[in-house]
Amino acid sequence: METRLRATLPDHELLRLYEQMVMSREFEESCAEQYTKGHITGFLHLYSGQEAVAVGATAGLHVDDYILSAYREHAQAIVRGADPRRVMAELFGKATGICKGKGGSMHLFDPNLNFMGGYAIVGGQLPIAVGLAFSAKYRREDRLAACFFGDGAVNQGTFHESLNWARLWELPVLFICENNFYGIGTEVHRSSALASIHKRTCGYDIPSEKVDGMDVIAVYRAVKHAAERVRETSLPYFIEATTYRFRGHSMADPAKYRSAAEHEVWKARDPIPALAKRLIEEEITDAGHLEGILGNCRTVVQEAVKFAEESPWPEDEEVYNDIYV
Amino acid sequence: MTSTSEMTYRDALNMALREEMSRDPSVVVWGEDVALYEGAFKVTRGLLAEFGEERIKDTPISENTIVGVAVGAAMGGLRPVAELMTVNFALLAMDQIVNHMAKIRSMFGGQTFLPMVVRMPGGGGSQLAAQHSQSLESYFMHCPGLHIAYPSTPADAKGLLKSAIRDNNPVIFLEHELLYNSTGEVPNDPEFLVPFGQANVIRSGTDVTIVAYARMTILALQAAADLEKEGISCEIVDLRTFSPLDTETIIESARKTGRAVVVEECWRTAGLGGDIAHRIHEACFDTLLAPVKRVAGLDVPMPYSRKIEKICIPRAETIADAVREVVSRKY
Repeated sequence: METRLRATLPDHELLRLYEQMVMSREFEESCAEQYTKGHITGFLHLYSGQEAVAVGATAGLHVDDYILSAYREHAQAIVRGADPRRVMAELFGKATGICKGKGGSMHLFDPNLNFMGGYAIVGGQLPIAVGLAFSAKYRREDRLAACFFGDGAVNQGTFHESLNWARLWELPVLFICENNFYGIGTEVHRSSALASIHKRTCGYDIPSEKVDGMDVIAVYRAVKHAAERVRETSLPYFIEATTYRFRGHSMADPAKYRSAAEHEVWKARDPIPALAKRLIEEEITDAGHLEGILGNCRTVVQEAVKFAEESPWPEDEEVYNDIYV
Repeated sequence: MTSTSEMTYRDALNMALREEMSRDPSVVVWGEDVALYEGAFKVTRGLLAEFGEERIKDTPISENTIVGVAVGAAMGGLRPVAELMTVNFALLAMDQIVNHMAKIRSMFGGQTFLPMVVRMPGGGGSQLAAQHSQSLESYFMHCPGLHIAYPSTPADAKGLLKSAIRDNNPVIFLEHELLYNSTGEVPNDPEFLVPFGQANVIRSGTDVTIVAYARMTILALQAAADLEKEGISCEIVDLRTFSPLDTETIIESARKTGRAVVVEECWRTAGLGGDIAHRIHEACFDTLLAPVKRVAGLDVPMPYSRKIEKICIPRAETIADAVREVVSRKY
């Protein structure tokens, strides 16, 4: 059942969601190009296809809420408000990067945005989110910790330990599993005895739901509702957002384990044209305006690349800084 | 004259926790059985009654998450003191310790810091067999980003733990299970702190330097008392902290005596004593009168039987033998 867009959000908010998804896609596609050119090195995990999850979820949270994610987190940081120029500079390994070039693609962080990091050990961020939620509750702060992770994380010990702990200590954690159906090349049903991930939470007495992660409005509504519930009850909640990455696990992965037919099915559900179609059908905007948004995003991304290219490398002495206080 | 009280290492740690919790409401304590049961080694005795269940909390048996929740809470502005029931279980938490706690400040470009402590009792000698008798200090010392303390006396137990809790860096705080009942004079001053990175010359001497820590320092003191009767004067440098490591005091002492024995409870191979011996060799090569000798735990999984367990851990006699060997060497 599809709700009319205007019943959910005002026009400018809807257009903002669209713009954020386009920005995320353009940023990621530009990253792919810069990787091919050798400007971005190391691991590069792109978010193309999953934009509706980060964009919808972030819109459903308060700015004071903590956000943590895994290593496919460029979009989550940028949607939260991170400067695309500084994110791109980080990926280039430059001193102007959001983490001074020390973190790279997998470790974006900006405490001023309550974006508490990208983590590259699968499941590593879950206990940390629980800890942030504990500190918020202990300090009587009105904020929750929203923790993104992939379907691969649900078989780590930290997943089970963190769900149990959050419920036991009654902490405001919103667990958001981005189920893109593959942990690198292993499909969910080949790694999880119960492939319907949201059903696993019954073992921890945590309510959960599944949402269409290709529909930004559905994600927004689910997260907004869940966040309100977490805030009211100070209890954890769990959302499984089913989605699909249009690229391989990382730039090194040609994704040969997925069929072209499967890819096409999901490609047809691309969240960006899907929202564009609805925005036009419901006469919220027209194709020309959406073209303008795309043009603006491309300009921002081009500027980010230029900024990264022109930025200085870190000084050698910098390796000893920031380890200890 | 500062007032002191005689108390155990255990009670000195308890005093430190109590004082720091009273001083700073952001100090919170959690771990397996630390609240209602008052700790497997009773270090947290009385804290639940005094501070309540919001500040002293029992946890599930989930070591990795015990540390990870502390990482998050520290990032959120608290000063968590997490207890792992023993150092052996830290191996279940190595992901949070090494991949998260030690790296978060650096990999996020210095934008956050982690004022947290993970306490863990350890060491061998209680016939607890292979899985409960380990000394893992070298594991932690190998990893940059951590501060690491391991007190040998009740006074240091208090002063180092208080410094650890006030430290804005993440701290691994090791406690020796066989020292919990040891006694000593402890300053009553709630501002008594033992700074990190300052080794303690716990005994002055002229013939040989013994570098040791925690229970090894106590054994070295026993060995030194015996050796004195033989006319050998030992200087003992108690490391107190492995990170920061007070290389300067070690070198200064080794230069003075010209001979050194490094004692470690952990396994010999790739143990921290090798690193310290190398630092001495490198800095004092011209003035050393003998190669630096190492006394270490045997490279074996700890056996249960007390007869054979005993030979796996350095003893006062093995330290004394090493000193005699180093001192007897003439050039």
